[in-house]
Amino acid sequence: MLNSHLPILLVVVPLLAAPLIVLLRRSLPSWIVATAASVATLAIALPLLQQAVSEGVISYAIGNWPPPLGIEYRVDAANAFVAVIVSLIGVFVMPYCRRGVAAEVRSEEHYLFYAMMMLCLSGLLGILLTGDAFNLFVFLEISSLATYVLIAMGRDRRALVASYQYLLMGTIGATLYVIGIGLLYLQTGTLNLADMAARLPAMGDPRATLAALAFITVGISLKIALFPLHLWLPNAYAYSPSAVSAFLAATATKVSIYVLMRYFFTIFGETVVFDARYTGVILLALSLAAMFVPAVVAIFQTDLKRLLAYSSVSQIGYITLGISLHSVGGLTAALAHLFNHALTKGGMFLVLGGIVLRLGGSALDRMAGLGRTMPIAAFAFVIGGLSLIGIPGTAGFVSKWYLVTAAMAEGQWWLAGAVMLSSLLAVIYVWRFVEIAYFREPPDDHPPSGEAPLSLLVPALLMIAACVWFGLDASWSGSMARAAAEALAGGWK
Amino acid sequence: MSIAGHYSYFVTILLLMVGLFIVIARSNLIKKLVGLGLFQTAVYLLYIAPGKLIGGVAPIIGEGFEVYSNPLPHVLILTAIVVGVATLALGLALVVRIKEAYGSIEEEEILALDADDELKARDPS
Repeated sequence: MLNSHLPILLVVVPLLAAPLIVLLRRSLPSWIVATAASVATLAIALPLLQQAVSEGVISYAIGNWPPPLGIEYRVDAANAFVAVIVSLIGVFVMPYCRRGVAAEVRSEEHYLFYAMMMLCLSGLLGILLTGDAFNLFVFLEISSLATYVLIAMGRDRRALVASYQYLLMGTIGATLYVIGIGLLYLQTGTLNLADMAARLPAMGDPRATLAALAFITVGISLKIALFPLHLWLPNAYAYSPSAVSAFLAATATKVSIYVLMRYFFTIFGETVVFDARYTGVILLALSLAAMFVPAVVAIFQTDLKRLLAYSSVSQIGYITLGISLHSVGGLTAALAHLFNHALTKGGMFLVLGGIVLRLGGSALDRMAGLGRTMPIAAFAFVIGGLSLIGIPGTAGFVSKWYLVTAAMAEGQWWLAGAVMLSSLLAVIYVWRFVEIAYFREPPDDHPPSGEAPLSLLVPALLMIAACVWFGLDASWSGSMARAAAEALAGGWK
Repeated sequence: MSIAGHYSYFVTILLLMVGLFIVIARSNLIKKLVGLGLFQTAVYLLYIAPGKLIGGVAPIIGEGFEVYSNPLPHVLILTAIVVGVATLALGLALVVRIKEAYGSIEEEEILALDADDELKARDPS
């Protein structure tokens, strides 16, 4: 009985947790509710993925109004897989929040922080599950508005400006998306995505479809932070509280990437997007630019959090590169990297949060001698860095391997070289940390040696360990990414 | 397919571009939000205008009602208006906090203050 309501429960549980937290108002009960809700979402998302992989598409009619008139939630291997990623990150980040938030957010705002985290989680999961174009926009705005507030909660006053800038760019992106679906609605007369996908081929390839494709692509790319639309991202990640940086870096942009994939492969279809025009070439060029330019910028950062943020923009390039290959192999690589990068970058931001708590700042110079004063954290950070580079034995290697294999299967040998070269840039920015942390003397005024509190260290280490685990045994993540890619490319039959 | 027949689309695009231009060109944070509001409002027009038929009424089955307007775009835009109001409220709240923290709502002055801070952080003397 309950089993058939899993899709809606996944969204409703965190959505109801948010007002409950606001009513509780106290910090500790709020945290308990938030943690329980994120564990519950993972407990719902896992069987949902199981069900979607074994049984195919699950359609859930909200309020029993049959689609296409009513709003439908449509779950297949692809969105269930991304939903598992998002809720998994939630489970890692929530236990971390207890101490992390106590240190970084004013105590009277704690309950609001948890409420916003829940709204953000609920919005992201809603974007994934919904099968309705306009419903997707509403969830996009729910998660975005919550994100703006979370970023503004950072201690530094620059967090406010970062949040304001993200608000401008995010709203422009969401509005462009609304224009796109408006044009699609005018043509097809439906907002149900599956229905739209079925009706679009009969329309031929008129200019309005092309315009809709352009608006949706640019709008969603703004949310993805696809180079050169990434300008909001570095400041937003650098000045928000550490738990928020970890959560956003691992989930928000990934969910938008899923939306782009869904529109490209399921709604418009490969023939309209890739075969009839140069979308693939443009996306390939932007992905290559993303792999190199922000990576070079990352090398010159003086702040470790900003460095990681620029590295995120660069890693997004690998994912969109997988999309631009428009083959099942390329999509598998993109989805696998989505998962692996979420673990890697989320874990690194969590480790960094602990370091920042001890050192009082994230400037690279302060990290001098960290290998001696905080050996475990520094080591975990380096392991995460190795995964960013793609050293064998870490999760980053697995997805880069998929990516290179997919590029070669398409006959694009030179892309393999480009991936290598861009990885070398990652070596440089990770090495900057290694050099400062291990080969420099700690400054005279450094705080006494010691690790971050256990409640911060344990979730961070678990995430980094997961990164190694999925690097050594990629059978689960690989097969799930494969199933998700096939579901995306196969359409909603 | 005349220019007059596409009148509402031309107005929509004009409003969109005016809004976007204000967001990009103005440095005052409040004015930027005004531009953003204009940008969003233009989209409401894009949805509502095609849904309305001249002489059309609400879709009520009964005698005397023959030409119907499509009510769905109106409902969608009602939602979009709520979203727009929430965004604007949050944006204004952020501007209030920025004013408290920086003492200014001019983008250039804020960026200059940030640049000063960064110089001081690098070279404390």
